[in-house]
Amino acid sequence: MTALPLDTANQAGPDPAAGRRPRRRLSGLGLPIYVALALVFLLIPIGYTFVFSFNDSVKSNLAWRGFTLEKWLTVCNEPGLCEAFGNSILVGVVATVLATALGTAIAIALVRYRFRFRSSISLLLFLPMATPEVVLGAGLAAQFLALGTQKGIVTVILAHTMFCISFVVVTVKARVAGLDPALEEAGRDLYGSAAQVFWRITFPLLLPGILAAALLSFALSFDDFIITNFNAGSVDTFPKFIYIAAARGIPAEANVIASAVFILAIAIVVVSQVSRAARQKRLDRLS
Amino acid sequence: MAFAAFASTDAVVTKPARRASTVALVMLLPGILYMLLFFLTPLISLVITSFQAELPGGDIGDYVPGLQWQNYVDSASEYLPHILRAFGYALVATVFALVISYPIAYFIGVKARRWPLLQSLMLTLVIAPFFISFLLRTLAWKQILSDESPVVLALKAVAILPADGHLTGTPFAVIFGLTYNFIPFMTLPLYTTLERLDIRFLEAGNDLYASPATTFLKVTVPLSMPGIISGTLLTFIPAAGDYINASRDFLGSSKTAMLGNAIEANFLTLQNYPVAAALSIILMAVILILVGVYVRRSGTEDLL
Repeated sequence: MTALPLDTANQAGPDPAAGRRPRRRLSGLGLPIYVALALVFLLIPIGYTFVFSFNDSVKSNLAWRGFTLEKWLTVCNEPGLCEAFGNSILVGVVATVLATALGTAIAIALVRYRFRFRSSISLLLFLPMATPEVVLGAGLAAQFLALGTQKGIVTVILAHTMFCISFVVVTVKARVAGLDPALEEAGRDLYGSAAQVFWRITFPLLLPGILAAALLSFALSFDDFIITNFNAGSVDTFPKFIYIAAARGIPAEANVIASAVFILAIAIVVVSQVSRAARQKRLDRLS
Repeated sequence: MAFAAFASTDAVVTKPARRASTVALVMLLPGILYMLLFFLTPLISLVITSFQAELPGGDIGDYVPGLQWQNYVDSASEYLPHILRAFGYALVATVFALVISYPIAYFIGVKARRWPLLQSLMLTLVIAPFFISFLLRTLAWKQILSDESPVVLALKAVAILPADGHLTGTPFAVIFGLTYNFIPFMTLPLYTTLERLDIRFLEAGNDLYASPATTFLKVTVPLSMPGIISGTLLTFIPAAGDYINASRDFLGSSKTAMLGNAIEANFLTLQNYPVAAALSIILMAVILILVGVYVRRSGTEDLL
């Protein structure tokens, strides 16, 4: 943030007003209280899922029957659950790698080069994000049907890669656009070959954006149900397992997996934020 | 589409290399081919499927190529309630999500600027629901709002809900679920624009004797328009196509089925592919028209 004077102005702002109208201070609490309540509201289903992963349930996991760690220790005893989870991981990893590679190349080319059909290409990449998932899923399924393709894990991976590419392009593009071309020019001036300039300068500078895009892709793929449901055939992913189980009651083991994934994801977010803050502090100290 | 709003904001104007088109081609070709094969041609096969005719004397799921405009007329009239519910529920949920999210985004983006740590903590909490399965968090609400739950018993005790009333299986529950699930999609783009809002504009409003409400309506809201547009699109589009919240096993009932439920049932259960395809095309066409009008009306074409 550039605005030191802005911050002081911000600090000085409410105080004289509060002096003039003493009631202002009390009503000033309204917004923070609302925000706190809203954040608690957002977290309710997470808390519920977590708590019920410790439920000593028998068949259905609806009523609280007492605390147990058993479901955490024997997650895979639930038939089909760990297999579905494994499929989700496999699909997520493969789709993420494919989408990140294809999308990053597109993002760099879109920012750095001018060519014909540029705007149609941009449209082709943005349209999937403006298309409801049910249309994407049904469209792919209609195509696989017309081609007589057997639906399975491969068709799920193909589908996930497709919608992840758009998100990778958007994420990486912002990073490429913010990249100072002078850094690469400096590399070329120092007789770096095109490959050296790319791998020693461009790629490391883009890496945070590429990693963010990969994480986003994996998260989108891992949690996708709507498109998966149309293209998975008889293969289960973790969300599809839940969808099928919803009709007869969700086993507590599914809550265990969801809670574990949640804790891991939050840990990744916290670590990345802490490391970014540390990097910022180092940069501040340098300048 | 809506995401272009974020992507194009801090673009450094770079002088693009004019030549080197082979390099560009090599970088673009694989990804673009992929999108043509797995995004564009599927849409085309959807259009073709939507015109297919039943195979005379064929099995369920057997169709031949045709030009049956009647498929559109039939499916639109048979599923009119589903179509209306999809857009109605999505619209109401989008308005609710906007009203609920705006103060959150305003607080994080404007009021909490002095405490970056608090800002990132609150942002993490806003996106936290993303990290737990979409289906499980919707099922959690199903349990919390179910007939014997404390919430429902309390509402009945104070007679807000009649003694034989339900929450789950009603339009209320479906809209509630849609609103809840899309609040992060609304809050994040609002936050990105509000975070860049120059406080001095608000102070200017105050200095010119505008009441806080006037300043909010005449200064804050117009300046945060890009975020409002992105947020409403990111909520409305997936909400209109959603079929989880409205599903009978989740928050809905057969009386709350949306267009997405009709598409899913026709494609996967009834194997009535032409109807499913026609409904998908209708969904996509209505969304594109609504979004086009909306974006033009709000004068932000350059966002796209």
